[in-house]
Amino acid sequence: MTKGILAFGAYIPWRRLPRKAIAETHGWFNPALKGQAKGERAFCNWDEDPVTMAVEAARDALAGRDRGTIGALRFASTTFPFLDRLHSGIVAGALSLPEDISAIDVTATQRAGTSALIEALSSGSETLVVASEKRGAKAASPVEMTSGDGAAAVLVGEGKPVATLLAKASRTADFVDHFRSLDNQFDYQWEERWIRDAGYMTAVPPVIKRCLEAAKVAPKDVTHFCMPATLARVANSVAKAAGIDDKAICDPLHANCGDTGAAHTLMLLVATLEKSKPGDKILLVGFGQGADALLFEVTSEIARRAKNLGVAGHLAHRKEEPSYGRFLAFNDLIELERGMRSETDKATALSSLWRNRETVTSFIGGKCSKCGTLQMPRTDICVNPNCNALHTQEPYPFADMAGRIKSYTADRLTYSPDPPSCYGMIEFEEGGRVMIDFTDIDGDALKVGQPMQMMFRIKDIDTARGFRRYYWKAAPKAGKA
Amino acid sequence: MAKGIKDKVVIIGMGCSKFGERWDKEADNLMVEAYTEAIADAGIDTKQIDAAWLATAIEEQHVGKSATPLAVALRLPFIPVTRVENYCASGTEAFRGAVYAVASGAADVALALGVEKLKDTGYGGLPQRGRGPLNDMTNPNASAPGSFAQLAAAYRAKHKIEAKDLKGAMAHISVKSHDNGSRNPKAHLRNKITVDTVLNAPTVAEPLGLFDCCGVSDGAACAIVATPEVARSLGKKDMISIKALQVAVSNGLEAQHNSWDGSYFATTRIASKRAYAEAGIDKPRDQLSLIEVHDCFSVTELVTMEDLHISPEGGAIKDVLDGFYDSDGKVPCQIDGGLKCFGHPIGASGLRMIYEMYLQMQGRAGERQRKQEPVFGLTHNLGGFPQRNVCAISIVGKYGA
Repeated sequence: MTKGILAFGAYIPWRRLPRKAIAETHGWFNPALKGQAKGERAFCNWDEDPVTMAVEAARDALAGRDRGTIGALRFASTTFPFLDRLHSGIVAGALSLPEDISAIDVTATQRAGTSALIEALSSGSETLVVASEKRGAKAASPVEMTSGDGAAAVLVGEGKPVATLLAKASRTADFVDHFRSLDNQFDYQWEERWIRDAGYMTAVPPVIKRCLEAAKVAPKDVTHFCMPATLARVANSVAKAAGIDDKAICDPLHANCGDTGAAHTLMLLVATLEKSKPGDKILLVGFGQGADALLFEVTSEIARRAKNLGVAGHLAHRKEEPSYGRFLAFNDLIELERGMRSETDKATALSSLWRNRETVTSFIGGKCSKCGTLQMPRTDICVNPNCNALHTQEPYPFADMAGRIKSYTADRLTYSPDPPSCYGMIEFEEGGRVMIDFTDIDGDALKVGQPMQMMFRIKDIDTARGFRRYYWKAAPKAGKA
Repeated sequence: MAKGIKDKVVIIGMGCSKFGERWDKEADNLMVEAYTEAIADAGIDTKQIDAAWLATAIEEQHVGKSATPLAVALRLPFIPVTRVENYCASGTEAFRGAVYAVASGAADVALALGVEKLKDTGYGGLPQRGRGPLNDMTNPNASAPGSFAQLAAAYRAKHKIEAKDLKGAMAHISVKSHDNGSRNPKAHLRNKITVDTVLNAPTVAEPLGLFDCCGVSDGAACAIVATPEVARSLGKKDMISIKALQVAVSNGLEAQHNSWDGSYFATTRIASKRAYAEAGIDKPRDQLSLIEVHDCFSVTELVTMEDLHISPEGGAIKDVLDGFYDSDGKVPCQIDGGLKCFGHPIGASGLRMIYEMYLQMQGRAGERQRKQEPVFGLTHNLGGFPQRNVCAISIVGKYGA
């Protein structure tokens, strides 16, 4: 048994905003935006947040794997929706992980992802590390242009790893290039040239040096250099200072995704692993109040990795969103007239949520031990009219089942933050059905028989109390059906 | 097998308020409006009523809970009064309560009244409201049109029908109901429309447009029932009796079991069969004179024609386009305008349907009176969602027929 990265996956939201849509709206105010109006950035649907994306990235990483061996969950983000509620606890519930795991949220720095990964590699448990970010940015800000939303997940533990850790190094210093506080929801950032010169160029090369020396690997032997940086040519300058070949620098996914903050180092790791070969050496650097460096070597197991979507698959599953208005609305950057139907109280009975967590959070239904009928939700009496047996419905997971649309509508009367509200009956191929919301779908492209998959999403946001509830929705199956 | 309700109870009086946007009336005004017509028609005094049933569905929007709003509005003399709610089928449920009370001998005369005062929400359509903690966490935030629109998707897929062909038949249904409603002075909507009006209207819930949806109305309807003996003692002749009363309620099969295909109402198919057996009808297509169905949406009416075993499965489009259900057709459907145009004050709707049958059978339906003398009339009152609903059916007719 060898320790290392056992599995990896990612999630990038379906919708992409062309940056020129931002520049066209705000160019009158900030003409400099026009120079950045190239490519597109990923952004969350209204019903996505770091929690839902973390769940999807983890599901991608864990595709086809038994989850029963996972002993710990580390969830990194700087955009957690709650101040006091364990987000990794929500993720663990949605993934139906064993309740006896340890779970920690890691936050408050852009290197939260790499720090969580280092901690996982040092622990004795099989650990799922997820990093996820829904970037907040003021309209017309440079961050709005450079950032993107997304999540990455890496499973670390003993087994047959696709990559092993050769060495790691860290440095911590309170270098404040930007900050966000309880009083200000958006980043406040200092001059870029200072961040480059006094930050990256001063802090990172020595950490890389220590890491490579510990691994006894020469800089020129680094095959892939993954260091997110939105400032122009910073990665190149750091690589040059560290002696790393310019060709080793990873695509930062600026053109088609944007920088996913604390998730981005792991995002680049996943993207790199997807195209790596045995023997490749991947140097990972996370920057933020210091730096983390990790050096991995890819093993021959990479050829046997799970067939999942990963970064490449999610980048290919995209919808261009020409309307900057929708982006503003989904990110709460504009006050829309939402109509009286939006005023319904969205209070959640926490006792009911806990009692029904099997259905609501884990999407576990039932299977009759007598007749085999699958049903959602699980009830005391089997739904099969030829059975109707009492207390025979045993818990049965529905979340990963393939389904098809049986009936549908695109509802323009009911309130939805993304009208029309699409929903309908999903019939699962294995059995059972559910009347459920659809998401990430065009209202005019719905059809009976369409293959759908279940996704963990926000059901409702209770703005009066600052709570949000999660549930599952059906979305068109991504990738090859 | 139970003997059933046939000819055990007769209707001695009915009343119905004007339906519509009754901005100047409270629910109790509407109740009194329907009641004064019914009690005058019955020719009795309030103190002769032994028991009463009140139907309201969205009571939190107007009268609040319990049966007291009816007892207070009519100043009923401390008699037993019960409030019933069973989705949009509540009106027929109140009627069933009153009829069963008389049939049992517990009451000689009983009253059923349905009322709804829906136009105090500030917006169009039915009120948006909570559905219970668990349902709110899992169910789509479905509107009524969104729920029923799904029938169209499943019906098209099952019968391999082009969207425009189904939509064309749905449009015919709405045009017909507007035409009928134009001749009904109590109807909410009295304007005539064309097929183009329907097809060019804004979409509410794909494929339902504005004119595929019934009105949301304020209104009340009332029935007074008695034993045939009591009716005779009041001098009633040519009595209208209850032939069948059936209710079928979804048990979760449609929502949870893959045996239902989404294109029809399982409840209606079952309830109508039981109702025909109870009424002694074996060829509904030939024997029914008139039908009033729960046309909350045009597509609901279309599939209901099959679920009532009048049109063959997959054959409703042809019958509709042939004019089989038009006011001058073989079996007129919604000769009063239906939910679509008479209006849909939820608790009142089931009773309003019976009111129309009662008028038609007595030749009192004015400009919209059916020329051929009706013998059997069926009312179909449905509530809920295609995948989870309550279907209540009544058949009324000439006493002894």
